[in-house]
Formats: sequence, C-alpha cells, structure tokens
Amino acid sequence: MAEEFIRLTDVSKNYRKGRETVRVLDRIDLNIGEGDFVGLMGPSGSGKTTLLNLLGGLDKPSTGEVRVGGEAISGLSHGQLTRWRSQNVGFIFQFYNLLPVLTAARNVALPLLLTSLSGARRKKHVNTALQLVGLADRASHYPRELSGGQEQRVAIARAIVSDPPILLCDEPTGDLDRATADEIMELLGRLNSDFGKTIIMVTHDPRAASFAHRVLHLDKGELSKAPAELH
Amino acid sequence: MNRFTLIWRNLWRKPIRTVFTMLAVLVVFFLFTLLEGLRIAFSFSETSPELEERLMSSHKVSLIMMLPVAYQTRIQRLPGIAAVSHATWFGAHYQDYPEFGQFPVEAEQYLALYPEITLPEAQREAWLENRTGAIVGRPLANQYGWKVGDRVPMQTGIWIRNNGSNVWEFDIEGIFDDEGGGMNASSMLFHYKYFDEARAGGKGTVGWYIARGDGSVPLDRLVASIDGEFANSPAETKTKTEAAFAQEYAKQFGNIGLIVTAILTAVVFMILLVTGHTMAQSVRERIHEMGVLKTLGFTSRGIFSMTVAEGLLLVLPAGLLAMALGVATLNVVAGVMGSMFPGGLSIGLYSMALGAGLMLAIALGSVVPPVVRALRLDIVALLRST
Repeated sequence: MAEEFIRLTDVSKNYRKGRETVRVLDRIDLNIGEGDFVGLMGPSGSGKTTLLNLLGGLDKPSTGEVRVGGEAISGLSHGQLTRWRSQNVGFIFQFYNLLPVLTAARNVALPLLLTSLSGARRKKHVNTALQLVGLADRASHYPRELSGGQEQRVAIARAIVSDPPILLCDEPTGDLDRATADEIMELLGRLNSDFGKTIIMVTHDPRAASFAHRVLHLDKGELSKAPAELH
Repeated sequence: MNRFTLIWRNLWRKPIRTVFTMLAVLVVFFLFTLLEGLRIAFSFSETSPELEERLMSSHKVSLIMMLPVAYQTRIQRLPGIAAVSHATWFGAHYQDYPEFGQFPVEAEQYLALYPEITLPEAQREAWLENRTGAIVGRPLANQYGWKVGDRVPMQTGIWIRNNGSNVWEFDIEGIFDDEGGGMNASSMLFHYKYFDEARAGGKGTVGWYIARGDGSVPLDRLVASIDGEFANSPAETKTKTEAAFAQEYAKQFGNIGLIVTAILTAVVFMILLVTGHTMAQSVRERIHEMGVLKTLGFTSRGIFSMTVAEGLLLVLPAGLLAMALGVATLNVVAGVMGSMFPGGLSIGLYSMALGAGLMLAIALGSVVPPVVRALRLDIVALLRST
C-alpha cells in the first residue's frame, strides 16, 4: 500500500431516531494510501454511504478521528470543512446530480466559481476536463440532452475540474447499463492510474468493485476483518 | 460562467412561471402607483396657514342658496374684520369636458385675500382692465391647452344671460399658480361685475363670503359675530374657517381614500401570497440541488445570497417598470383631466419609497423563510431530499 493518506481512528457514527440512538458505524479503523483505489461494499444500511460522507467531510463522526493528509478534518468547523471539500474532494453520485438549468460546460465549471481563477482560465480547465472524459463536443448540451453515461462523464469532469486529490464515488454505475458502466469504471481507473487520484467507491456491483485495488466490506457498521485484495 | 449566470438560469428555470409572476408583480405595482396617485389626489391633509385664517360664510341652509350682496358691507363693519370679499359657483362646462370650478369674484379684493395666487403683474393688470377677462389655474390651462389671449366659451346650466343664452365667453388674460392647497388651483376666476350685469336672474346675490380678521378678535368670536349679525334674517349664515370648509369638502372623498387603501392592501397581500408561494415552491424544488452545491463547496451564505438575488431579480425590475409606467400614466391623466383632482395627480418620494419597500418585502418575504429552512438542514439531509 502506498503512503498513508487517509486515516480513520476508532470512528463511530450515531444517529438519533426518536428517542433511540442508532449506531451506523461502529469503531472503524481504516488506512487508505495516497493513490489508492478502494471499493466499499456491503448490504443496504451497512453504513457505506455514511462512511463515504465522513471521508468527504460532509458529516462528522460522533466519536473518533478522521485525518486526511495529516489534517484532522473531524475537528474542523462546518465553514472550514466546506472550504476543505472544495479543495480536496470531488464527488461522483449515482444519479449524477447535475443542475438541469446549466449546460454540461457550466455544470463542470461550478466548482471553479469558488476559486480565484479568471474566466479564461476557468474555461480552459473546463475544456480540459471535458476532453478528458471524452465529451468536449457535448459542452453546450443540457443534461436532459445527454444519455446516462454522458451525464455521469460530465459529473466526473465536474469532480476533477479543480484537480482534487480525492474522488468519492457513491454507486457511480448504479444507474447505468453494463457497457456504459464498464466505460465509466475504465475512466475512473485511468484517473487513478494516470493522474494519481485517490478513489473511494461505494458499490453493490462486484464487477465495478473489481476495478478497485482492494475492497472493504461493511456489515452493520463494522468493517470486515480481512478485506480482499483484488489487484 | 459566473454566479450571476447561475442566478439567471435558476430564475428562468420555469419560464412560464417566471413570466406570469413578473406580470403579477407588474400589475400590482402599476395599480399601486395609480391608487397612490388617487389617494393623494383625494386627500387634503396639507392645508396652508391662510386656510386656517380665512373665514367662509355661506347660507345656513345650503351652499347652493344665495346671500345678498349687501352683507359684504355689514361683515366689513364688524369689529375685528380686516378684509372681506365674495365668490359664487358658476357651474359651467367647457365643450364636453367635466365641470370644474369657476368663480365670479371681485378681482382686487379677492386677490388681496388670496396672496397664494400668483401671476405676472402684466397679466394681473390686463385682467383688471378687461371686463370679460378671466384668469385660470395652471393645471386647467395645461389640460385644455389654453393660453393668454384665447377666448373661451363656457356653457352653464345655472346662469342664463340677459339675452337668453347660456353661453358665456371669457378672454384668458392670465394663468396663475396656487401652491396653497385651496380650491383655486384648478379654477377659473372672472369679474363679478360682468357676471352680475349679464345674468338674467339672481342679481345682487353672491354664493359665499370670504373674510379675514385683523388679529384683534379671536376667530371663534368672529365666527359668532358674523353669524349673529344675520341671525333671524331670511338668509342666515353659517361661518367656518376655510380649512374646515376644505375638510368638509374632502370628506366627500374620504371614503374613496379608505376604499382605495383597503383595495391596495388586499391586492398587495394577494400578490405577496402568490409570489411567496411561487418562490417558496421554486426553493423547495431545489433543496436537493442546494445539497449538491454545498457538497461542491458552496457556503450556506453563498447559496442564500444567490437565492435572495434571484428573488430580487424576479420582483424589482418588474416592480420598478410598473411604477414608471404608473407615473407616466398619471402624468397623461393629469394632462387630460387634471382639474378634477384638486390635490394634484402625482406621487411623491414617500409613495416611491413605499413602493420600493413593498417590493423588497415581497422579494425577501418570499425567499428568505424557505431558503433559511432549507439551509438549516445538514448536507446529508439536503442530498436525501428529492
């Protein structure tokens, strides 16, 4: 495994449901190296997405610590986490989450609005990202004019346009047919191998998981003791 | 691509809804401006000091009943009276236009009693020298396009001439201004002598007297003194200050002002509900997208600002355009029939500020509550919403 980049120490996450407290993640310890490609599998409700949210700074653990690149993000305020996310994490969702009122290029440009880049530089970054996902010729199309696979490629372009070191993918192929899913997985594989992105991917699909370097299994909020090494 | 692009694209997310909301805003602020103009036109809230000092004595039974011209001398002799003059309702039409105020008066005494009436000295002299001359208020001259030197025929249903005609001709000798807030601003004044000599009936009578005290006797005692002078006579008088007279006149329109205000309030409240519902719905539709934006690194404050800007863009341009159209319409109406509105027909800074305040209230009141509610949710909850 490459040098330690992400470290979770004794991380638990509880939610209150009425008067009950539900433990979704139970004392997770996890190390992920820089440039790693990790698959997270497990049955529904096992805590996969919750773990992904903690890794991406969308949520905070109830106990324990999350460190990324040596920085304890679990101790950051919401405002600090917001800025941290914009600089360090690209998110890829199952249902793409593109804004329907913006063209592909403008959707990709969204994260760059949070930077101080000039308009010309932003445009250049957007073009590069769209070229990388093979959709430069669809820049002016609206999401409704694209196929599911194309929408996911736009979402990937949006995730990488500001060049974050981490990509978090929540069921990125869950809404796609097999052939398109393979294309998306190959694209993620290239981003990992050619550009050194650290990728953590939640999936139910063993075929998608086979693209990961290693797969972690979550069940009832606990990591399985012997994650399978696939590559 | 910048933040404004995002705001603009969100504004036009559902173009038909946006257009209809803007039209609703346009209609309500156009109506608001017209109704404000009417409310001001029918309010006589501002009275000049002169109105408080002058006394008006009319027939005790009714204003339309005449008083003998001989009363003038008797009023003038009363202790504490400095000046007295009179006027009479002429009640004529110019062509097919609505009736406006025309008063036969004793020119010099009347002008002395009404210092707020101002006109060039040359015009004043010309009027005094011309038996059939008249002077008109500026709104009236503007409305009918009259200018000095014009000869205008007036048709009255009240005063028949000696020759059996009901058409009276007057030479416009002057155009005056009157900032006093009284009845003269949109009226025509002409010579009582010409009127009295040429009318077939009612000779030697006047409509009402106007008097001013010399300050030595309190006004209430002057009132009692005048009315006491003519008590138990065939033509008893009822005297009050000109301000009180104007207020009684205004009361005729008081209910209009109340109704206008009630309608205005109801209309603005309705549009607030409609716009508020539209904006709230628009925000609710985007809760998931707010979660996406927050995931990408947009702050709650940034999303709040963009949504508020969208609300302002929806309301302000349409509202301001509507008020501009309303003001233009008021100007056109004032030009055509300004004499019907003694208080003038325009809106001032107060109304404009009130309109702008209402626009802000509608925009902010519609957007802020739903967006604040949405942004209070954490990102995970926002992303879960559909």
